[in-house]
Amino acid sequence: MSPSLFADTAVFVLALLVGVEVISKVPVALHTPLMSGANAVHGVVLVGAVLVTAAAEDWWAQALGGLACFFAAANALGGFVVTDRMLEMFRARSVPATGTPGVRGPGEVPR
Amino acid sequence: MSAAQTAVRLAELLAAVLFVRGLHDLRSPRTARRGNLLSAVGMGVAVAAVTVQVLDEGGVHPLALLLLLGGVAAGAVAGVVAARRTRITSMPQLVSLFNTVGGGAAALVAVVDASGGTHGALSDLPLSTSVPVGLDVLLGAVTFSGSLVAAGKLQGVVPGRPLTFPGGRPASAALLALAVAASVALAGGWWAGPALAVEALAALGLGVLLVLPIGGADMPVVISLLNAVTGTAVAMAGLVIDNTVLITAGALVGASGAILTQLMARAMNRSLLAIISGGFGTGDAPAGPAGPRDPTAPARVRVVTADDVAVQLAYARTVVVIPGFGLAAARGQQALVDLATTLERLGVTVRYAVHPVAGRMPGHMNVLLAEARVPYEQVLDLEGANRLLPHADVALVVGANDVVNPLARDPSSPIGGMPVLDADAAAAVVVLKRSLGHGYAGLDNPLFDDPRTSMLLADAATGLDGLRAAVDALAMPAAAPRRAPLPS
Repeated sequence: MSPSLFADTAVFVLALLVGVEVISKVPVALHTPLMSGANAVHGVVLVGAVLVTAAAEDWWAQALGGLACFFAAANALGGFVVTDRMLEMFRARSVPATGTPGVRGPGEVPR
Repeated sequence: MSAAQTAVRLAELLAAVLFVRGLHDLRSPRTARRGNLLSAVGMGVAVAAVTVQVLDEGGVHPLALLLLLGGVAAGAVAGVVAARRTRITSMPQLVSLFNTVGGGAAALVAVVDASGGTHGALSDLPLSTSVPVGLDVLLGAVTFSGSLVAAGKLQGVVPGRPLTFPGGRPASAALLALAVAASVALAGGWWAGPALAVEALAALGLGVLLVLPIGGADMPVVISLLNAVTGTAVAMAGLVIDNTVLITAGALVGASGAILTQLMARAMNRSLLAIISGGFGTGDAPAGPAGPRDPTAPARVRVVTADDVAVQLAYARTVVVIPGFGLAAARGQQALVDLATTLERLGVTVRYAVHPVAGRMPGHMNVLLAEARVPYEQVLDLEGANRLLPHADVALVVGANDVVNPLARDPSSPIGGMPVLDADAAAAVVVLKRSLGHGYAGLDNPLFDDPRTSMLLADAATGLDGLRAAVDALAMPAAAPRRAPLPS
């Protein structure tokens, strides 16, 4: 095992533990936004897509890399925007709402 | 390390820290939006770092640069447009689609890196690269096709009911065996190119076969699970290309996604094993929303905790409380009024919907509420309540059953024709009840297994006290009211 592989594996294992710790008690209303937020975070694969595309030598590998860049960018940007839209519903309201009922609250999380 | 390399490494570390902080903040409604923003900033930092790294190393082939920039630009536009335009109700399938492309990207990173000519021949890869390549392609391809099918089921493009067919399970097992064998061949360097292709195709087929037999109602849990799988695939991609930010963020999402999947399954009153066994189990009677319900099977109700309900209540505009005999039996009136007072301090409008036969005699409930000093203007009769309920965010049913039973609208039912409170007209329903037992009429109540209904199983008095404590805990940091209490 090379030192760099060992370091990478250690980072992997420690990050798994952090991931377990960081999520403990989540109210049901936040399950879908949290899933969506975590989904956006794995869009970080964009970094990998950029690196391998930049380094690719064969044309078909560059094309596949370009496709990976497309996929990953959609995942990352779209993921954060859609999560933000879900969380908008949790903003504290500043306007009295008695006159305009009927706006659905965060209790109705899309399932 | 050069100065640029040092800066890149430090930026990657910063991005990882921001991802952890961001996910942490997503646990509470107060901080969730900021958490998502922190993660997004982390993503920006990571992308800036990789830009510097590519520029610093230089020598990018012009075609590669064109495809890279074009791919990122097109993906960014497609992602943002889809995220902005999709209706709130269709968001789960959109998340599933984002998960699809994320998994696809993770698999492609390994394929391109391993076979793109940077490491020399594919058959000469060291084990430290070929093993993560094999895992990444397997996990990434399974989640690519699996999430695509899941999104199709939610959208209605693929039938939402569990799709089983003879030989489905052996076929899944065979594809898994084939994918594993191919990745072993890849690691051993035997026919490495074809092995990689076979592995990818087998994994794509496996993803389809795993998700097809699972019913549409279980899809949110399945998407969460596939989300965790994508995270792990991304971490594998990080091992392939020796990149710390991919390893950290991927493992983070893999682990937190797995925990979240467990929480979701529990909240839906389903075991994770039962959900997946739509694919791996006997497959004899997976319960789907479209299939006929087995009358002997227990109703699929969603049991929640006081903390969950507290969030629903504290962030609602209008809450309609529907008290029943259970409230009086448990002497929970005072606890109910305390909860309502706390909610009104937070700016929530609280009204009481009293059914004519709530309690044990007509008007019983009005008396009980008046005794607990509920302003009578807040107490609505049947007609008034049914006018307000469609505009309410939450209907909180406390110890009532038959008076909210939608079966009464069916003339053939034993209670057919009885006027009921339309609790199911509210955006969400919370039922506080001692047990899942029957009401006075001894009938099943379809309201309880409505997907918008959450059940809080407790004695009315203790349940309401618990709710008030949970709402208090939510409101603690912002002691000042968010807006003036309503004039009553």
